[in-house]
Amino acid sequence: MIINHPLLGPRDAQEFVYLGDASLIGRPDGMTEGAVDAFHDYLYLRDNPAGEHRELWYHEQGDRSWLVVTRNTVTHEVVSVEIARDVARKMGRSK
Amino acid sequence: MRYSGWRVIREALTGHKGWTPAWRDPEPQAAYDILVVGGGGHGLATAYYLAKEFGQAKIAVLEKGYIGGGNVGRNTTIIRSNYLLDGNQPFYEFSLKLWEGLEQDFNYNAMVSQRGIINLFHTDAQRDAYTRRGNAMILHGADAEMLNRDQVRALYPFLNFDNARFPIKGALMQRRGGTVRHDAVAWGYARGADQRGVDIIQNCEVTGIRTEHGRVTGVDTTRGFIGAKKVGVAVAGSSSKVMAHAGMRLPMESHVLQAFVSEGLKPVIDGVMTYGAGHFYVSQSDKGGLVFGGDIDGYNSYAQRGNMPVVEDVAEGGMSLMPMIGRARLLRMWGGIMDMSMDGSPIIDKTDIDGLYFNGGWCYGGFKATPASGWCFAHLLATDQSHSTATAYRFDRFRKGLMIDEKGQGAQPNLH
Ligand SMILES: Cc1cc2nc3c(=O)[nH]c(=O)nc-3n(C[C@H](O)[C@H](O)[C@H](O)COP(=O)(O)OP(=O)(O)OC[C@H]3O[C@@H](n4cnc5c(N)ncnc54)[C@H](O)[C@@H]3O)c2cc1C
Repeated sequence: MIINHPLLGPRDAQEFVYLGDASLIGRPDGMTEGAVDAFHDYLYLRDNPAGEHRELWYHEQGDRSWLVVTRNTVTHEVVSVEIARDVARKMGRSK
Repeated sequence: MRYSGWRVIREALTGHKGWTPAWRDPEPQAAYDILVVGGGGHGLATAYYLAKEFGQAKIAVLEKGYIGGGNVGRNTTIIRSNYLLDGNQPFYEFSLKLWEGLEQDFNYNAMVSQRGIINLFHTDAQRDAYTRRGNAMILHGADAEMLNRDQVRALYPFLNFDNARFPIKGALMQRRGGTVRHDAVAWGYARGADQRGVDIIQNCEVTGIRTEHGRVTGVDTTRGFIGAKKVGVAVAGSSSKVMAHAGMRLPMESHVLQAFVSEGLKPVIDGVMTYGAGHFYVSQSDKGGLVFGGDIDGYNSYAQRGNMPVVEDVAEGGMSLMPMIGRARLLRMWGGIMDMSMDGSPIIDKTDIDGLYFNGGWCYGGFKATPASGWCFAHLLATDQSHSTATAYRFDRFRKGLMIDEKGQGAQPNLH
């Protein structure tokens, strides 16, 4: 699989470490009511779709950036690649 | 028809005209008492034990493709009960005991071969960890033995004992572990279940799960609606997809695991060997092919095929353990989709929907579990109670902090 890094261009997926579903960016607020349930779901439950999946890849043997890769889990086709920081900021996170 | 040596002789003398199909190919009925979704090893074993041990009737197994086309026919056939943790070891030992009597029980030659499995170690710390594991196994009634370097050398003199990074210092041996002909397990259970009245319905994909007032009423399939009082789902790598029909999200990711077979060679490895440090394990089939594999590819996948980096990794592992493997040619390779759970251990449990039951999360190790998984799932479906060896395999263990994490990796499915 080739991951088209937004800054470095096409890179072999072997240079990356895989973390999982990009929903991990949206860490729940531990101080709110229902935080225990929210953390259970955040940590342990996954949509695990057959088809397009947004997921976190870390460019360990490259520029050490975290990327959000949209990839088809049935064909392994990489559909789009974004810098995870940009995605997190768009979601309202400060960093 | 009962299979026996006499039967083979009689058929040989009469032109093999008396053999009949091993199971029927029935049309689905309008409704059943119990539907088992998934005709893999676990689904078929569940149906078999439901009929045979738990006196249930009106059972059907619904299979999307054909019997044996899933992981039960794709795995590397290793059986063992060398687990460490309380929640696991009694269950896998129960399974190994069932394997030992299985062929007589279902009257089918599954080629259960207790040829012994060794796990190699390379450091003092690893030896201590295996000693602890071996003791845990013995405490739960399984067998375990520590082999020193010379004892391993006597078994497999050709190994690379002085590898600079991972010199072989010894191994944990379980002599009762071994291999089983995987397709024959599916066929044997299918035949045994069919003989006891279970309808095995192939080419029948479940596309929806219907409920009414929090109770399951049946499933939609590519062959129409089929009503049911109870539905048990055992679909391995497709678990998240099928349970999504009931609105559930699972503590699971689907990943691809690859396996490899070399050309047929003269006998060279008479047992099973795992080389965890090198991401490699190997045995030799009765046809002579070296059957080997390594790690999962590591990213979510439903593709039933992997990528080259892991092929390279497995080949490197093989070369560092037994350099002569470089002379063998690869005959076949393939992939299967694993239901990787968040702690690396399975789930056999009820759901919040009355009458809907779930069996999955077997990761890359569910073949050895087939008999006990079927037995325990049948127990749950028939009695609404967990079997005594499967009480830890609950959905709520993540909420309660009771994970069964053999590898200590945390909620990171691709590392288990
Ligand atoms: C390469 C490889 C090597 C392995 N090696 C080992 C090993 O050495 N030892 C070991 O213990 N384990 C091993 N495993 C793991 C083991 O094979 C699995 O854990 C186990 O087979 C899973 O249970 P099963 O047999 O019921 O799965 P499967 O045979 O996959 O059965 C699930 C069935 O459900 C069906 N299904 C899916 N969706 C639907 C639907 N919507 N409707 C109807 N049916 C559906 C599928 O078609 C499939 O037939 C290995 C797996 C692989 C891929």
